[in-house]
Amino acid sequence: MNDTHASTAKKSMATIWLDGCSGCHMSFLDLDERLLELTAQMELVYSPLVDRKDFPEHVDITLVEGSVSSEEDLHKIRLVRAHTQTLVSLGDCAVTGNVPSLRNPIGVAAIEQRAYLESGLLHPAIPDQVVPKLLPFVRPVHAVVKVDLYVPGCPPSADTIYYALTEVLAGRTPDLSDRTRFGK
Amino acid sequence: MNTEELHQIAIDEQTRQRQYKHRLFVCMGTGCLAAHSDQVKQSLEAEVERRELKGQCQIASGGCQGLCVAGPMVTVEPQGTLYQHVQPQDAAEVIETLDQSPIERLQDRTTESFFQRQTKVVLNLAGRVDPERIEDYIAADGYSALLKALTEMTPAEVIEQITASGLRGRGGAGYPAGLKWSTVGKARSEHKYVICNGDEGDPGAFMDRSVMEDYPHRIIEGMAIAAYAVGADNGYIYVRAEYPLAVKRLGLAIRQAQKHGLLGNNIGGTSFNFHLEIRMGAGAFVCGEETALIASIEGGRGVPRPRPPYPAASGVFGQPTLINNVETFANVAQIIARGSDWFTGIGTEKSKGTKIFALTGKINNSGLIEVPMGITLREIIYDIGGGIPNDRSFKAVQTGGPSGGCMPTEYLDIVVDYESLQKAGSHMGSGGMIVMDETSCMVDVAKYFMEFCMTESCGKCVPCRVGTAQMYDLLNKITHGEATLDDLAMLEKLCGMVRATSLCGLGQGAPIPVLSTLRYFRDEYLAHIVDKHCPAGVCNITAAERTTA
Amino acid sequence: MTNVVTLKINDRDVSGRDDETILEIARQNAIFIPTLCHLDGLGDIGACRLCLVEIKGNNKLLPACVVVVQEGMEILTDSPRLAEYRQMIVQMLFAEGNHVCSVCVSNGHCELQDMAHTVQIDHIDLAYQYPKREVDASHNLFSLDRNRCILCTRCVRVCDEIEGVHTWDLMGRGIQSQVIIDMNQPWGTSDTCTSCGKCVQVCPTGALFEKGKAVAEMTKNPAFLPYLVSMRESKKSP
Repeated sequence: MNDTHASTAKKSMATIWLDGCSGCHMSFLDLDERLLELTAQMELVYSPLVDRKDFPEHVDITLVEGSVSSEEDLHKIRLVRAHTQTLVSLGDCAVTGNVPSLRNPIGVAAIEQRAYLESGLLHPAIPDQVVPKLLPFVRPVHAVVKVDLYVPGCPPSADTIYYALTEVLAGRTPDLSDRTRFGK
Repeated sequence: MNTEELHQIAIDEQTRQRQYKHRLFVCMGTGCLAAHSDQVKQSLEAEVERRELKGQCQIASGGCQGLCVAGPMVTVEPQGTLYQHVQPQDAAEVIETLDQSPIERLQDRTTESFFQRQTKVVLNLAGRVDPERIEDYIAADGYSALLKALTEMTPAEVIEQITASGLRGRGGAGYPAGLKWSTVGKARSEHKYVICNGDEGDPGAFMDRSVMEDYPHRIIEGMAIAAYAVGADNGYIYVRAEYPLAVKRLGLAIRQAQKHGLLGNNIGGTSFNFHLEIRMGAGAFVCGEETALIASIEGGRGVPRPRPPYPAASGVFGQPTLINNVETFANVAQIIARGSDWFTGIGTEKSKGTKIFALTGKINNSGLIEVPMGITLREIIYDIGGGIPNDRSFKAVQTGGPSGGCMPTEYLDIVVDYESLQKAGSHMGSGGMIVMDETSCMVDVAKYFMEFCMTESCGKCVPCRVGTAQMYDLLNKITHGEATLDDLAMLEKLCGMVRATSLCGLGQGAPIPVLSTLRYFRDEYLAHIVDKHCPAGVCNITAAERTTA
Repeated sequence: MTNVVTLKINDRDVSGRDDETILEIARQNAIFIPTLCHLDGLGDIGACRLCLVEIKGNNKLLPACVVVVQEGMEILTDSPRLAEYRQMIVQMLFAEGNHVCSVCVSNGHCELQDMAHTVQIDHIDLAYQYPKREVDASHNLFSLDRNRCILCTRCVRVCDEIEGVHTWDLMGRGIQSQVIIDMNQPWGTSDTCTSCGKCVQVCPTGALFEKGKAVAEMTKNPAFLPYLVSMRESKKSP
């Protein structure tokens, strides 16, 4: 895929992956042959599934998996929002905070203590480099930047994602109420 | 006890009082007590003892004079001299000069207008009746209205008088007392109850506290008249446990009234029975809401329930119940004694009589005042209240407690009655009146009241339980300079939703301080949100900005 | 003595007895009104506010579960305003607790989750509160996860009104309110709990559940309640 070749009719699409389990991306890949069908209308220009390292200047649709948990997530999502026309919260982590947010009532200090100091590591220490710093609270994407479409589900089924994508590509707002819900 | 016996007690007491050449009343209200008026009383007594004036000079406990900032206060009768800021060491001079001109040093001419512009009906005996002596009250015509009602009037006539007087509930909503009484009167039941709501809890409000402390008998008399009118045989006075002096004096007054046959069976020698008990509240603001109060009296968790049914149909233990506020009951005896025409002569077309306010905040003469309905806010604040201290300028006045609104300068000339305060986005409430000057931040004020509602919400219904917490968080964000215009939009949305959907008055009223400050001081909200600046300099925004940047 | 009245719900003529609530009449006529704290067989408290309806001539919204019908009432059970308020109420419940559907034992058969679907919310605009709440797994059969509790008090009422034990109650005020066992002690130490499990069956969410049951097994069936109540009533009357 080469975005310089993208025809004007084709929409550009990106996916990113914040604090999540990759399940939503797996569900996306479960589109299987329908992925090929979609490439007639769109081009995947940025994703954990493609090689490109920098987020493009302009993307029509970005699917966001995962919640905003670390300073890196926060930086990423702000960047993505600035360069995306239609931002889609894909899956419960992005929509509600979901499993990553289970740590919120407990607090960062207690979590780090448990993970790095009490878990029997050879050199127990809380990392202060390389690993991005955790935010005090895990937040859903819309608590940080404006979101245009919500696709709840854990993970949303391939059918749901397909329906949502084709509707957005067709310029419509998909009604997902009978296709997915929190936790589905 | 019949009318003649009551009259005899009054005469005996008046005779006893006349034997004194001088009677000194030391205020024993909570405000003056806090300034050690009890010590002043002791040293005055010691001084009288020392000079062997005991037969001529009486040192007595008196009730609140209202001007709490000037305590301890001492009233010297029969001259009517009012001494302020009296200290124990002033005792000798006070007694020494009883027959001479009053001591200039202990008087303050600047507070004269505080007293002159008031109209005292409920507080008319202030300072000259010992709240702990029933004889004092009887000597001031106390309980004559009860005996008049019992012996000369039918219950229907009593209700007629109350209806004709136009008396409205002083607890806040201003519901016509006569209508409530006749509803309970018409309810069919073997037992009915009369409840006095003394669960005053608005921040900065101490009207009912003062009335309960100074006029326990007036409340009892009002309740007994009400019980006779509606056909009730039992009653409760629900008082906050945080008002120990009120609880003590009410308890004492009930025992005195029982002893004199003014409570209990066959009151005044008639077939009317009325038994009265005190119930203490455990500090929940929501128990001032009538259905929560009833649940609390019944021994349950003090949470409100949906109305209807109203307590008039199904109240304590499922029986028809008349529930009125302290100040409402305190008006009753005089309406019966002096007639409804006298009462309707005070006030405006739709709001009759007087209203007691606890005047506090940025004001020179803070204290307790009683004013006729129809007085303007300006008269209250500048004439009675003596204006704003330190030459600062007036910004707003808040009435109605945590569910009341803030009114800015352009409303200073509206008259104080139920309707016009409501039109201005506030309401009468139970009588808290907080004055704010240019150093008050209106967002901070709204936040303060929201915090109050959040912590006092009973937690039963979702909009109040969660909504007040959400609104508080948003206000907190605004005062910390962290909020966006989206947050403001959400705050306004929540205000409307919580107001419309909450179960009881606490939740329904909780958004009002926000709504009224948004109505008149929206620019202050925007300054916090857009310019990250608190115009009054109250909110510490710069520090917050640094942490969130 | 009860009388029969006629009234209008959503412009439809319906009839009822004057001791029946708006909710009862609506349900008899297959008119849907959302509820969470209401449960057939339990006393109503009007707390969740989802069943608020508009009544012509009354500027206040009233809870359908407790307001009895009157002759000539004109009731509206749905309107843009009511729909917005209901969405906010459900949002408030999600924001107030720690509801993580994907790992909840009631996922797929939870009344709160269903209600989100019913009132059509796909995300929570309100700020999540992330309260720190206690889990009580001390009972040998059941567990209480307060993170999932919406304070509907069905457990409190069923224990008090039906089982007649009153093991459950509430403590605290406002946003700090929580359900407690006896004098706020671990469930397993309760002297009053009969381990009947009614509270678990009536709980609308995963706050109360049976130990050792998987998500698919942990369905609840509160339908026994009206039956129990009617049997009890019929036994009382000769």
